[in-house]
This record gives sequence, structure tokens and C-alpha cells, in this order.
Amino acid sequence: MSDAAEPRKFGFETRMVHAGHIPDAVTGARAAPIYQTTSFVFDDTEQAAQLFELKQYGNIYTRISNPTTAVFEERIASLEGATGAVATASGMAAQLVTFMTLLQAGDEIVASSQLYGGSITQLVHTLKKLSIGVRFVDPSRIGEWEAAITPKTKALYGETIGNPRGAILDIELVAALGAANGIPLIVDSTMATPALCRPIEHGATLVVHSATKFIGGHGTAIGGVLLDSGRFDFSRFPSIAAPSAAYHDLRFFDTFGHYGFLMKARAETVRDTGACLSPFNSFLLIQGLETLSLRMERQSDSALRVARFLESHPAVAWVAFAGLPSHPDHALAMKYLPKGPGAVFSFGLKARSGAGARAAGRRFIESLQLFSHLANIGDVRSLVIHPASTTHQQLTDEELARGGVSPELIRLSIGLENVEDLLWDLDQALLAPLR
Amino acid sequence: MGPGPGVACAITLNSSLTPAQQGLYQDPLEIQRLLRDTRTIAIVGLSADPQRASWFVGSYLQKEGYRVIPVNPRAAQILGEKAYPDLAAIPEPVDLVNVFRPAAECLDIAKQAVAIKAKALWLQLRIVNLEAAEFAARNGLTVVLDRCVKMEHARYHGRLHWAGMNTEIISARRARLL
Repeated sequence: MSDAAEPRKFGFETRMVHAGHIPDAVTGARAAPIYQTTSFVFDDTEQAAQLFELKQYGNIYTRISNPTTAVFEERIASLEGATGAVATASGMAAQLVTFMTLLQAGDEIVASSQLYGGSITQLVHTLKKLSIGVRFVDPSRIGEWEAAITPKTKALYGETIGNPRGAILDIELVAALGAANGIPLIVDSTMATPALCRPIEHGATLVVHSATKFIGGHGTAIGGVLLDSGRFDFSRFPSIAAPSAAYHDLRFFDTFGHYGFLMKARAETVRDTGACLSPFNSFLLIQGLETLSLRMERQSDSALRVARFLESHPAVAWVAFAGLPSHPDHALAMKYLPKGPGAVFSFGLKARSGAGARAAGRRFIESLQLFSHLANIGDVRSLVIHPASTTHQQLTDEELARGGVSPELIRLSIGLENVEDLLWDLDQALLAPLR
Repeated sequence: MGPGPGVACAITLNSSLTPAQQGLYQDPLEIQRLLRDTRTIAIVGLSADPQRASWFVGSYLQKEGYRVIPVNPRAAQILGEKAYPDLAAIPEPVDLVNVFRPAAECLDIAKQAVAIKAKALWLQLRIVNLEAAEFAARNGLTVVLDRCVKMEHARYHGRLHWAGMNTEIISARRARLL
């Protein structure tokens, strides 16, 4: 039934190519223009003063906001079903800006142990310098989350798809625990993107992304973004509700309501840390968003093909992909990621006669022809890495074991190549003779 | 960037109202018509403190060309305009009554709004009084609940977009010159 006067809720793919950008009145430019400028001219001194006091919306300086970046922000907010977004220089910056906006010295985070290695070092070492503590829990045990919450806990943190063993976060369960305790759940959804899972629909308060990965998709730009569901009552949350000394005692939640957290993140944290996204990178990330669902669906399908192939290969000890029934979180993956649990997963090589798993891993990586050996995921090209010697090498053995990273573990990020070619490449590298 | 002449998505984000109540009191087409046709806005509970939400809204609306009339019994003048103790004291016609007072006071404010023949009643974000809304609507006023008049104006004039917010406005039509 259609009604011409009824406002329409447009579908995901429509919002992928249109949300956040209306062709401007002066030029009519169809693609989002790149506003490569540091600053914006004021109308007059009164308008300038009102902009600085946040009484008017408008652009001052690209460190705070930029029209190209605004297209990226609104588009990803629309795709996640968020009330808005703040773009940052990187995914690590998005996470740090979120924590610095929400937390104060003495506060604590309860976090999943199944996180990207860089996130673990930020939580353990960098936040420690700000006197913010962290307690890690096995994300699959809700009792551990509950037991780790103290009166100091101000945030719960997990990844939709854990890096690198593919643990799936039971978002509804952890979000409900957070809601019952007045604590927001922050979800890093980098590996899923809104094309595969929208954590806000399952109760998450805040979402962060490394946009460098599947959102950009082409390995061309480093960027990040944080998003707010707009649903959390921050009225008793001191960092957001209390008068801000940086803005003449402005109370962000009282003044901006469901935009309060994001306004504070932008006007205070990003302004003061300088962790802004470049307009040119925003443009590249917008290009990525325009084909997001197409890439995610194809790359997830190919990842499942590759995972099945590896699981039956004689040189492979194990495969950790939540799309396989053998994965402990397969049922959660079917619930939260029905289109597929992404295109990044890990597997373990069998030790070979005359060489341990570590040496077998080295030989495998050096024999691959199509997989690029580098420290990234979510490119249109297939990627490979050995975390124990690269992304996770700064972790202690104990942290490594807790994160499920063993010496034989190889991580793959499946791209858009012909999947038969990828299977050929993996097979020849798995069987390559040891030198 | 101003909005295109195309359709606006239904905005269902961030409201405590039921979908049926949102249809009655948060209709995007009705809100756009109200913002377009309104000239004079009486703000009940407009604070004299420039760091309060009501002052942010009042100063924004003034800057956007609306005539703002403060209603505040404890102030003589706010935003350069004479303040009145209540709606009945305002000596000129009022198009829209915008309310920054607790929900419990809103039925009385709705009755005053009807008495002065205002065309619309708008209760700000997180202020919900269905009895007041029904009374005003029954007496011919357009009613908006649990929405911010500044946010809604900024949504339809491209300003909210600049702040990275989700306006839910989707259109391939060229924007209008503002």
C-alpha cells in the first residue's frame, strides 16, 4: 500500500549512495565535492561568536567539521541507524575519542578479551596513563561481564566479530546487562560493517569503526568513525551531563539531548586532540560506502568458500570462521550476521616434518602469489598475515593466549578476486616444499 | 546545503512516543509546513541564562528570521525582546507557542495557547503531555511533542547535516538556494 504523502523509509542500498548528500544549490555537483580547505569565512563577528559557542551550526575549521566529512558522517550514520556520527583520523582515534569523551580518571572499562591487538594495547597501556582501568573478560561468558562490573565501570566494550578468531559478541545480552547497570555498550563493528550487522538495532549504545577496512574497502585511506544510537540516558552520566568547564558550563546532554554525546565528542575531544579526518580521505571513504553491501556480500561468500576449502585441506590443523558449523559461535553468527560473518578469519597450519608450525607459517606466506602480505584487512585484494610476528607482537605471551593467538595462526582477509584463483593460490602455497 | 524539494524519510529516531503518537505529533510534512508558515514564536520558559537550552533555541530562531517573544515572569527582557509573564499578556498575534516547561504545566499552557488563538503548540524534546496535546489539537492547533524546534529547523535547512547528524533526508533533487 503506498501513500504519496507518507514519508518513505528508504532501503539500505539507496542510503548507501544517497544519504548525507543532496546536490548543492549553486553547482548541482552530483558526486560529493572535496572541500579541501582548513577554514571557513564567517558572516560577521556575531555569527563567529555564536559558532564558537555552539549556538549556531556551521563550519569553523576542518579540525572540528568539514562539509565533505559531513557527507561521510551522515551517510554512515544513516546506514547504522545512528542519530549521528563523528569521523576521526583512524579507527584507533575513534575508539580513543569515544573513551576520552565518556570516561574520566578513575573510571573503568570492562572489555572483551577478543579484540584487535592494537585495541588491547590502547586499553591497557595508553588509557592507563589517563588513570582509566580495564578488566578483560571472556566475551562468551555473561557471568564474567557481570562479575567484572564495579561502581567505577563506565563502559562495556567488544567487537561484533572478534579479531582474529572470529568470536561473535552476543550484543543483546551484553547490552541488556549494560542497560540494567546504567552503562553504555560500545561495539567495534569494523569487521561486520552495517551491511552485515547493525549493533544499534540489537541495543548497543555506541558503535566505532576503523573505516580504513571494509568501509573504505580499497586500501586507500586511513579513517575512523564513532556513532551514537541516541538512546542512552546520559542525564546521570557526569562526563556528558555535568557543566563543561571548556564551554562556560554548558551542559551537553541538557542542551543537545540525544546529540549531546556526539556534540561533546566533536566540540571538545576531537577539537582538543586534533584527531580529525582529512576531507580527501572522507571523499575516498564515501566512494567506499557507495558499494559497501555489494562488496561485503561477495567477499563474505568467497570467505565461506575459502574456509570450507581450508577445513578439508590436509595441511590445515583448524579453521576459525564463524560461518562454519565447527565454530563455537556459529549459532550467534547465524543470529547477528545472517548474510555471513565477514571476510576475515584465521586458520592454523599443521606442523610439518622437519619444521615447527612457526616455520611452516613463514614458508606458506612466502609461497603465496595472490594474497598480499601486509598488516591490514578489508581490502578488495586478498590479504594475509601471521599475527604472532606482526600485529600482536607487542603483546605478552599471556595476553596472546587470552586473545586466542597461537604461533601457527594465519589470518586471511578475502578480497574480490576470482575465488577459484584464491583456492589455487592457497593450495599451492600449503603444499610448497620446505626449503 | 539546503534541502532538496524531494521527499523526507520518516524520522522515527529518538522519541519516547509510540509509532501512532509519532504519526499524530511528529509528522515531518506537518513540521516542515509549520516551520515555513510560522513568523512569530512565543517561547514559554525562555531562560535569561545564555548557557541554557532554551536560550540556544531562542537565539537560533531569531538568527533564522523568526520573531521570538519571551514568556518568563522573572525577566524583563531576553534576547533584546520584552518578556511577558504569560501568554495572555502578549499584545500581538502568536503563530507558534514553543514550551520549555515541565510536562505537568503543559495543560495550562495549552489552554492559554488556545485562548490567545495561537496556530500551533510545540512541546520541546522529552516534554510529553498527551492531555495538553489532545486539548490543543481538539481546538484546532497543530501540535508537536518531544521534538526540538531548533533541531527540526536545522534538519530541513542543512545545518544539522553539517554537524554530522542523521537528518534522514534523502533526495537526488538539487537543493534550493536559501
